[in-house]
Amino acid sequence: MIKPPIYGVMAEFDNPTSLVSAAREARARGYRKLDAYTPFPIEELTEALHLPKSKLPLIVLIGGILGGLTGYLMQYYVTVIYFPINVAGRPLHSWPMYIVITFELTILCAALSAVFGLLALCGLPMPYHPTFNVPRFALASRNRFFLCIEARDPLFDRQKTEEFLESLDAREVSEVAH
Amino acid sequence: MADERQIADEELQPAPVIAPGYTFGTVTDQIASVVLTRRTPVFWMACFAAGFALLLLFLWSVALLLTKGVGIWGIRIPVGWGFAITNFVWWIGIGHAGTLISAILLLLNQSWRNSINRFAEAMTLFAVACAGMFPLLHMGRPWLFYWMFPYPNAMGVQPQFRSPLVWDVFAVSTYATVSLLFWFVGLLPDLATLRDRARNRMARFVYGILAMGWRGSARHWSNHEVASLLLAGLATPLVLSVHTVVSFDFTVAIVPGWHSTFFPPYFVAGAIYSGFAMVLVLAIPLRWVYGLQGLITDKHLDNSAKVMLATGLIVAYAYVMEIFTAWYSGNVYESAAMWHRMTGPYAPAYWCLISCNIFAPQMLWFKRVRSKPVFLFIASLVVLVGMWLERFVIIVSSLAQDYLVSSWRVFHPTRWDWATYVGTIGLFTFLFFLFIRLLPMISIFEVRTLLPQAKVEEEGK
Repeated sequence: MIKPPIYGVMAEFDNPTSLVSAAREARARGYRKLDAYTPFPIEELTEALHLPKSKLPLIVLIGGILGGLTGYLMQYYVTVIYFPINVAGRPLHSWPMYIVITFELTILCAALSAVFGLLALCGLPMPYHPTFNVPRFALASRNRFFLCIEARDPLFDRQKTEEFLESLDAREVSEVAH
Repeated sequence: MADERQIADEELQPAPVIAPGYTFGTVTDQIASVVLTRRTPVFWMACFAAGFALLLLFLWSVALLLTKGVGIWGIRIPVGWGFAITNFVWWIGIGHAGTLISAILLLLNQSWRNSINRFAEAMTLFAVACAGMFPLLHMGRPWLFYWMFPYPNAMGVQPQFRSPLVWDVFAVSTYATVSLLFWFVGLLPDLATLRDRARNRMARFVYGILAMGWRGSARHWSNHEVASLLLAGLATPLVLSVHTVVSFDFTVAIVPGWHSTFFPPYFVAGAIYSGFAMVLVLAIPLRWVYGLQGLITDKHLDNSAKVMLATGLIVAYAYVMEIFTAWYSGNVYESAAMWHRMTGPYAPAYWCLISCNIFAPQMLWFKRVRSKPVFLFIASLVVLVGMWLERFVIIVSSLAQDYLVSSWRVFHPTRWDWATYVGTIGLFTFLFFLFIRLLPMISIFEVRTLLPQAKVEEEGK
């Protein structure tokens, strides 16, 4: 595939309402490779951009189960097989005593998988991204809302897409270089 | 009709948690400017200097402890735990309010927490760091701390997994790790803000590395929201388990005054009680010095005071039940332990803790007291002292006078006990003021969501 000459076209908005309606408009026009950049989470964007459901809960569930199993089996192995201590004939497999550490390791592994899962799903750390080439993009972490239509979208046309975004009550429309 | 409905709607609307008139830009600038300015307030310099001086005292006492051994402390059998474990329980309890604010109040959708959760979480981290010092130093040979973890070793031994002391190792280390992760996840978008706003090249580079390339994409945010909720859901049972496990250190032992079933809830309530006191002690001067009254409003102080009052009442109930069970059990050792607390060598500490923890907070019933930051500040300090005394009395008085009269011995703290304790207050102050200067002390992106402009107006609504 030939690399398109630019990354995409980006429009800047003043408030979340215009961003969300612009995102809906762009979806309705048939654009699919879109992303919005905002200074805080906006619930409506998930639905406007038709973002897939996050896979994070599954990752965390698996992490938690693995952590719990590790905790239990580790204690079983140590207290029953590797280093059994006979205290007046009490059972070696004393499962009630394993609960606390099993629980703690469940939480620990689930939390670790939540954080590393988050980073993986967001593709972070990512030291370079084309959007940072837009000088005004620094405001995406302050008070401006951005919508970017990427060049790999089949409907993308440098001029037409720019005109379309300009029609959406955007403050400014700019090209995003690679 | 329409007017009436509007008025009714307005009355039902809760009072705004942050002052009106803020915009996304001003919120960002005000919070970020504390970090990104070249000017450092004199207040910060003074607190940091005091913290640093006490940190040096801490390092000095640790150095002495490592060269001479734990004998420089007043711990003598039968009181083997003394100040070290008192301070451990006190510090870790203080940390709990941070997790309560960041996790439990997030799950309960209490959005007022958004402007105090960041520094409360930082408080948690630093309090846990201070707490962790004590069991480590109390071991006598802290460099061998890894012996507490199960790992294949040439000695052929393993930790005793049936001991609450080993549970504590897992609980506290998990708590520290999860708190750090949760804090970092919340910081990520704000680090990106600092990266974009810093003018200094070095600052931009460091914040840039820490922000990991966060760009506020809708995809990032949707995963970030899920991650925050999941971490909150994990941290909630965790925080309750940590102080429960800490209380197991006592309840599983058969020492009279320790061996009781209501310790776990009693300890958790006490932890939140002292933690909210610390939140107020930190928030009241900070909002005054940095002019943040618009973001940390009187409503926040009022709510925190109410939580303090509620948990204080639970603690008061626990004290009453402690006395009641000692009497009702009919166990001579239990009642003797209680009697010694009230009338023995530790009676002053006992009655002092009762007045600090039960009587002093009763003034929080009055709205006039809750709306005066100065009173709240003093009340919080009183509670912090009271909660420290509570742990001291539980640990020391129970150990000093147990079953065998011939082995009773009163504990006398040495100056190194005091130096280590005061030193960790220095460590805490040092870390906390570094945090204030280097990272945003209020979560910028979460405060943005509190603004009325943040709502998307749907057509036809």
